[in-house]
Amino acid sequence: MNDEPRHLRRMTIIWLIISVIADVLFWFLLGPHMAPGRLTSTAKADQFDFNFLAVIALPVMIAIWVFMGYSIRTWSAKRAGVPEPVGGEAARSHKGAIVSWMVITTVIVLFLAGFGTVALISDHGSGGGEGPNPIWSPTGATSAETAALTTSDSWSPSSGKVLVVQVIAQQWKFTYRYPAFGGFETTQLMLPTDTSIAFNVTSLDVIHSFWAYQLGVKADANPMLNNVAFTDTQQPGSFVVRCSELCGLWHGAMFDYGKVVSKTAFMTWATNTETANAANTKDLAPFAWTYVPDANGASGGYYIDGGVTPYSKAELYGAKPSS
Amino acid sequence: MSMRGRLTTVVVLFLVGVGVVVLCVATFLKPGTPGGVTDFTKSQPAGQPVHLLAQVVGSIGFGPHPTWVSYMVMNPTTHKWVQDTTWKLPAHTKIDMTIEQFDSGSPLRNQEWGQIQGTIGNSMQLNGKTVSVYNSFTGTGVGHTFAVPTLGISVPLVGVNGSDTLCGEGPCSTKMPHNEITFSFNTKGPGNFPWQCFVPCGLGWLFGNGGPMSTQNFMGGFLDVVNS
Repeated sequence: MNDEPRHLRRMTIIWLIISVIADVLFWFLLGPHMAPGRLTSTAKADQFDFNFLAVIALPVMIAIWVFMGYSIRTWSAKRAGVPEPVGGEAARSHKGAIVSWMVITTVIVLFLAGFGTVALISDHGSGGGEGPNPIWSPTGATSAETAALTTSDSWSPSSGKVLVVQVIAQQWKFTYRYPAFGGFETTQLMLPTDTSIAFNVTSLDVIHSFWAYQLGVKADANPMLNNVAFTDTQQPGSFVVRCSELCGLWHGAMFDYGKVVSKTAFMTWATNTETANAANTKDLAPFAWTYVPDANGASGGYYIDGGVTPYSKAELYGAKPSS
Repeated sequence: MSMRGRLTTVVVLFLVGVGVVVLCVATFLKPGTPGGVTDFTKSQPAGQPVHLLAQVVGSIGFGPHPTWVSYMVMNPTTHKWVQDTTWKLPAHTKIDMTIEQFDSGSPLRNQEWGQIQGTIGNSMQLNGKTVSVYNSFTGTGVGHTFAVPTLGISVPLVGVNGSDTLCGEGPCSTKMPHNEITFSFNTKGPGNFPWQCFVPCGLGWLFGNGGPMSTQNFMGGFLDVVNS
């Protein structure tokens, strides 16, 4: 009769106990504090996804550590009475263990791939730029975007509409246009709580990247391209906007701060800014998804440039105003 | 070749390689032009407004890039024009700034910068006339801007008529065609605040933001705000 203890069962029990404790501690203690927070639905979903992945990954990591620790502790050559490891029968691999490891890890990876895909779709792109023709739009986004182009967009605290915000990157500053409020442009990014936001991100020169970290939103800003990203704001708070694409001398200074405020506070700010900026708004280019570049330097014409239409032909999302 | 010879060759080649890398890095990191700091903290009694006089010239006229557009600033101590774009300013102090703009203009790439922001009264004086918004698609357009994004300051520097005989090199005499833009702003606490021009005036570079727009001491610099 074999007197050898049942090592696999021992390791499994140890692994199970540590894994359960680690997962519970992580989920309830660390999880709520993980980046990027809960300012928006996408941020909250990002946090959930990260925590979920961590809870799945922790037992895998612990399994390896337990196996390693148990092996060192139990089969160390330096312990008295333990024979030196030798080749031959004792050193042969365990077919069952190998197959089990491959099957289990494959199932985990495939499951997480499915989980990630579902999370990406259900959260309308998870705050990432979906390009000019997003396939995962929240309800009402297409009509709001269409209204923005036809200058018929509007928004009020009780409207329940998607708020369209255009992000314009340029070396080296982000500016923002609000088509629902006459298309004014400002250097401040303010958002209302409990509202679906459609960020339309473009650039006037080189490639930048709009990264609103605490919102869980990140979308590249490309010249001549409209990159759309969605999120749903949830609670008031401040967030940082940074350019995350190396874009030249002042790239490091290309950041600013935004705020999510109550719907009424946002409405007050938006209407006041619309009024204050009215004199300049009338001089701005008509609202468009992209603006024609003049790559050769100082001369303007980035906006209306002679007879050139400011709309890129590649822009299909939302209706274009009739010419 | 003997083992010793091989070893010597390898060591020599290694040292040559390291030397080339160090030379390349040192050359890359060397600033395009020597730069300094113009100190305005002792130009007036504590608490009194600081007067900062600058000019924008279409071509600097000297140095390694004589044809590049550039800012110049009047040193408050020596009263000489210098090509420094790092200006040391006292914290919590009113800055009265005058910019003499000698360059021609054009429509802005983004008319947003036609709106004066962040100055006292959100306005500027253009040749003595108060302006809060300048439509760059009219008149002589905008040549450059003075903007400190982190302080929310943006001032368009209206261009002069490009068909006039313009100042050829800096510093420029006020007898030459120019626009005088004055405005004031208050510094806050200490900090290092980058400022820049938002007109892509680096002609010949992609999107106009290379050359003088991407080299210290030409079209951008720092406000080095310190406690006095």
